[in-house]
Amino acid sequence: MKPLLGYRKPAPGSQPKHLSPPYVSSIKRAPKQPLIEIPVTLSEITGPLFPKEIVSPKAFDLTHQHKAEPLGERISVSGRVLDEDGKPIRNSLIEIWQANAAGRYLHKNDQHDAPLDPNFTGEGRAFTDEDGRYKFVTIRPGAYPWKNHFNAWRPQHIHFSLFGPAFATRLVTQMYFPGDPLLEFDPIFHSVPEEAARRRMIASFDWLSTEPDLSLGFRFDIVLRGRNATPMGR
Amino acid sequence: MPGHSTPSQTVGPFFTIGMDKLNRANLAEGIAGERIQIHGRVLDGDGQPVPDAVLEIWQADADGRYRHPEHVGPNDTAPFFGFGRIPTDESGRFSFSTIKPGPVVSPDGKPNAPHLQISIFMRGLLQRLVTRLYFPDEPLNAADVVLQAVTESRRGTLIARKTRPQENSMEWDVCLQGKDETVFFDC
Repeated sequence: MKPLLGYRKPAPGSQPKHLSPPYVSSIKRAPKQPLIEIPVTLSEITGPLFPKEIVSPKAFDLTHQHKAEPLGERISVSGRVLDEDGKPIRNSLIEIWQANAAGRYLHKNDQHDAPLDPNFTGEGRAFTDEDGRYKFVTIRPGAYPWKNHFNAWRPQHIHFSLFGPAFATRLVTQMYFPGDPLLEFDPIFHSVPEEAARRRMIASFDWLSTEPDLSLGFRFDIVLRGRNATPMGR
Repeated sequence: MPGHSTPSQTVGPFFTIGMDKLNRANLAEGIAGERIQIHGRVLDGDGQPVPDAVLEIWQADADGRYRHPEHVGPNDTAPFFGFGRIPTDESGRFSFSTIKPGPVVSPDGKPNAPHLQISIFMRGLLQRLVTRLYFPDEPLNAADVVLQAVTESRRGTLIARKTRPQENSMEWDVCLQGKDETVFFDC
């Protein structure tokens, strides 16, 4: 009988704790009881594998979803999705969402006094290719204020949602921009204890994907949990 | 390199912009099996409803088959996809309909009790929460390896309650904190 191979636990300090009091919303929403460890079952190592047909091939481009192009600095965000062993995560769905260039989300609960852009929804989807590569074209999102503490501002960011090959590899994260002075003060970014781990959420400026007279390129590689090694002697 | 995965961050309050397209509250339209409806609420540490949460469901079909290449055992490409995504409404409520999954048989031949695998995301949660929904009056619950990993006094938080005996309608609340705090898993 072959045992089921689970996914590796994250290294200590590499993921945020559920309770992170400087991020005030976590105080009433983070569970207080310890999480319960469970044996690996098929329910964690299987997961939804979406067919490519569910996403329009144009959904990667957030700048061509309306009559005209959105205002803002046109950028591309591209990179690879890998597992912790460096293996590409192939044909896997990525969903993104973001604020517009003025720092306003197209959402009824966003009350920030900044203009909406009729040419920008802020939603994109794409699949990784056979090498785990993906690409989005969008505009650089603006920073915006929030109510977490006095004069709180979120650094510019794009939300990323990934599935990977299994229920266990599901990840929702945020991509930040290099050199953003607000990162230092952001309790969500700093909910991740380890500095090296926080840096993995910051994209890098990338000449190779910067297109002349068109768009600045940012590179953002994403790493999903790796698989446990096969037990020896089985 | 081991341990170098990208950190998780919250979905924030505006996730519907990017996540709505995959919403699916009727998981099993036209699929054979025993139809069930699940209703519930997500409640925070003050017992207040959470209007900005989203649940994702992953489940096997009525014969206990996951639609996935790593499913062990008979798997003649079941037509059932098995994924659902349901955001809560302004009063923190969610509801969805699906089929009751069959027992998934693990490689050692033991059946797991029928269950739905559930991820929960919301503003305020820096990582998703993982839990399971089990069914009342299910004889396999007594031997399920995951239920057995939970102290008996908290096991009830994972089991839906039948509300109307005539219908296959069940209730199941997610309590983030407090005396009825739902069991969440590290998996």
